[in-house]
Amino acid sequence: MTDVQQKANAAPVPDVGSAVPKRRRRLHPALVIAAGAVLVVALTYMLPPFRNYQLATMGAYFCVTAGLTVLTGLNGQLSLGHGALMATGAYTLALTQNKWVNLPLSFAVAVVVTTVAGAVIGLAAARLRGPYLAGLTLAVAIVVPSVTSTFDETFNSDQGLSVILNPPPETIPMERWQAWLCWGAALAVVLLLALLIRGRFGRDLRAVRDDETAAKLAGINIARTQVLAFVVSAVCAGVSGALFAVLAQSVSPGAFPLTLSLFLVMAIVIGGLGSLFGALWGAVLLVVLPTLAQSVGEQTGSQQLEGNLALVVFGVVLVVVMLAAPGGLASIPSRISRLIRRNR
Amino acid sequence: MKRTATAALAVVLLATAGCTNEGGGSGSSGASVPGVTDSEIVVGTHMPLTGPAAAGYSKIAPATKAYFDYVNANGGVHGRKISYKIKDDGYNPANTQTVVRELVLQDKVFAILNGLGTPTHTGVLDFLKTNRVPDLFVASGSRSWNQPDKYPGTFGFNPDYTVEGKILGTYVKENLAGKKTCFLGQDDDFGRDSLAGIEKVLGPVAAKESYVTSNPNVGPQMGALKAAGCEVVVLATVPGFTALSIGTAAKIAFKPQFVVSNVGADPTTVGKTLGAAAPLMEGLVATNYLPLNNDDANPWIQLFKKVNAAHNGNAEFDNNIVYGMSVGYLFVQALQAAGKDLTREKIIEAVQKNGFQGPGTVPLRFSAQDHSGYGGEQLTKIQGGKAVYFGTPYTTDDKDGPVAPYTGQAVAPPQSGVPAA
Repeated sequence: MTDVQQKANAAPVPDVGSAVPKRRRRLHPALVIAAGAVLVVALTYMLPPFRNYQLATMGAYFCVTAGLTVLTGLNGQLSLGHGALMATGAYTLALTQNKWVNLPLSFAVAVVVTTVAGAVIGLAAARLRGPYLAGLTLAVAIVVPSVTSTFDETFNSDQGLSVILNPPPETIPMERWQAWLCWGAALAVVLLLALLIRGRFGRDLRAVRDDETAAKLAGINIARTQVLAFVVSAVCAGVSGALFAVLAQSVSPGAFPLTLSLFLVMAIVIGGLGSLFGALWGAVLLVVLPTLAQSVGEQTGSQQLEGNLALVVFGVVLVVVMLAAPGGLASIPSRISRLIRRNR
Repeated sequence: MKRTATAALAVVLLATAGCTNEGGGSGSSGASVPGVTDSEIVVGTHMPLTGPAAAGYSKIAPATKAYFDYVNANGGVHGRKISYKIKDDGYNPANTQTVVRELVLQDKVFAILNGLGTPTHTGVLDFLKTNRVPDLFVASGSRSWNQPDKYPGTFGFNPDYTVEGKILGTYVKENLAGKKTCFLGQDDDFGRDSLAGIEKVLGPVAAKESYVTSNPNVGPQMGALKAAGCEVVVLATVPGFTALSIGTAAKIAFKPQFVVSNVGADPTTVGKTLGAAAPLMEGLVATNYLPLNNDDANPWIQLFKKVNAAHNGNAEFDNNIVYGMSVGYLFVQALQAAGKDLTREKIIEAVQKNGFQGPGTVPLRFSAQDHSGYGGEQLTKIQGGKAVYFGTPYTTDDKDGPVAPYTGQAVAPPQSGVPAA
């Protein structure tokens, strides 16, 4: 007993999470985000409108994949229901927006509502482990469509709601404005996440993931950490959903199907679990792969193939990446540099 | 970290910029109308080729394309060939946003033609309006397409669901008077507008139920209608749910007279879904406004069958193909009327001027104040596994106007099969 306590005192939590190979000098997240912002703005001026729209979609996806990778990769909680949390954010934005037509207010309300939803699910989730947790979140993903048809007066069933938007100022093209909006939100979300996981909270997350008993002995409140992680990632999903509502100018249950939740998990695994850059890769893939599948479908001349091909492409990429780079796409640069160093 | 950053951003760049310059080939013509060159007109559409709504509907766009190929083989329109880009949106409004943007911003189409679905197409109305893209002959009977003040470039094709509801209601009133009439409809504009039309004619129905496409089980609804003692059930359903309703009713020994909206009544599609139970459709009453696929004596069907054999891989000839080719015929008529110097304004002007005569059994009613499509329908009944027209066509409006028989004569297609200028 004393032995364990001594150990816990002597080697406090930081070491648990420092499996990251080699300590390179780390840039401050704010610098990386600032560079990203400059790059995005430059891109929006270089790219034609449709590419800007795709860029905007990537930004919207980036919010949710970043939150999910913190939850799943760093805290070890698997959620198959993040599509439903996105739907929560999207519907909240649509309802608020249609009432007051005030975008900042609608975003604020969407954040508040998804925080509450995340806290409710997170409280239940903190009592569940592994497959049981996956089952709970899966149920959440499936319940959403029934909610929209049960309360069809409010949510208008499968047809969904259209979102009233004031157009951006004449001088800014719609698609560029959308890209700014989505990436502004995404970069803010990611900066907050990066700052959050650098500090004590990040260590707590990893400690809970790696060994709950050890974490408890080190004085970490397990349940609180897990609920907080869930709430944080739920808010990210809510922001993402709200962005999608703005992009599509409509919300409907069909836009947040179960496959979306599964795609999100796949994307962060392919991208590199637990790394925010992995989440970026995931967001990029979520936009690029379906487009790729579509153009392949068009070239083979079978239009019926298109909708189904995206799944196949995703599966193949998942298998290839897991074989070639088990740490995901984000781990490739460090793997290469390690290889080079070893061969030197 | 830094290197990862650069790598990740490089990929974004590649992914986005890599294919920047593909498509967008509007070229030589002087005034540079998007999608129009001296030799080509590019138009696009969004359709559910996969997903829950694909049954039947996935055949529409290929049929339209086949008709365009036929026109192209006969010299095109004003010397231009029509190129039809079909994008699958899986009936998901979020995908519709993406594919329609791709068509307009990247492929630079001249117009969007026959985009299918109320929830899907609603989301792109504003986008098409701000980009001034003609949004022609939307494949749905929602009244949303008929807002000339708000959406000057959008025109419908189907008779709207209220018009249809009034005609179905009139049939029930005249032929099934005194019977207890009930309603099952989709839980959206389709079901609601249809019910509004029915109740305008019949007054309140005895019982009404609704379903959502995401839940393929109408057991509770049919049970409730049976318990209410319904003798006539009007269905505002898509083909899959027409089959489901008829099948479920038979299972619980509930045998009302079914009266079905035209969008869910194609005997081929519904019969295929019912499989061995297809004979349950016998006696089913529905509406239509285009020639029926099995009416071999009809010159339009002869023309469309010829086109189907030559340009559509001889696909199974059902009413979806008749629909798709009728849309193609109407669009070619509009192009002919817009003249040699094609612009977006000119085609909208031409459609508003109307005067098109095509396969429809009732006239189109386009004008500057009215952007809805066909103004009426005729009733069909399934006899011996085939739908046949009976009675006269009716026309009406979506307000309180009367349901009036239409006496005009149907026209035959031109000898060449291509409308003249």
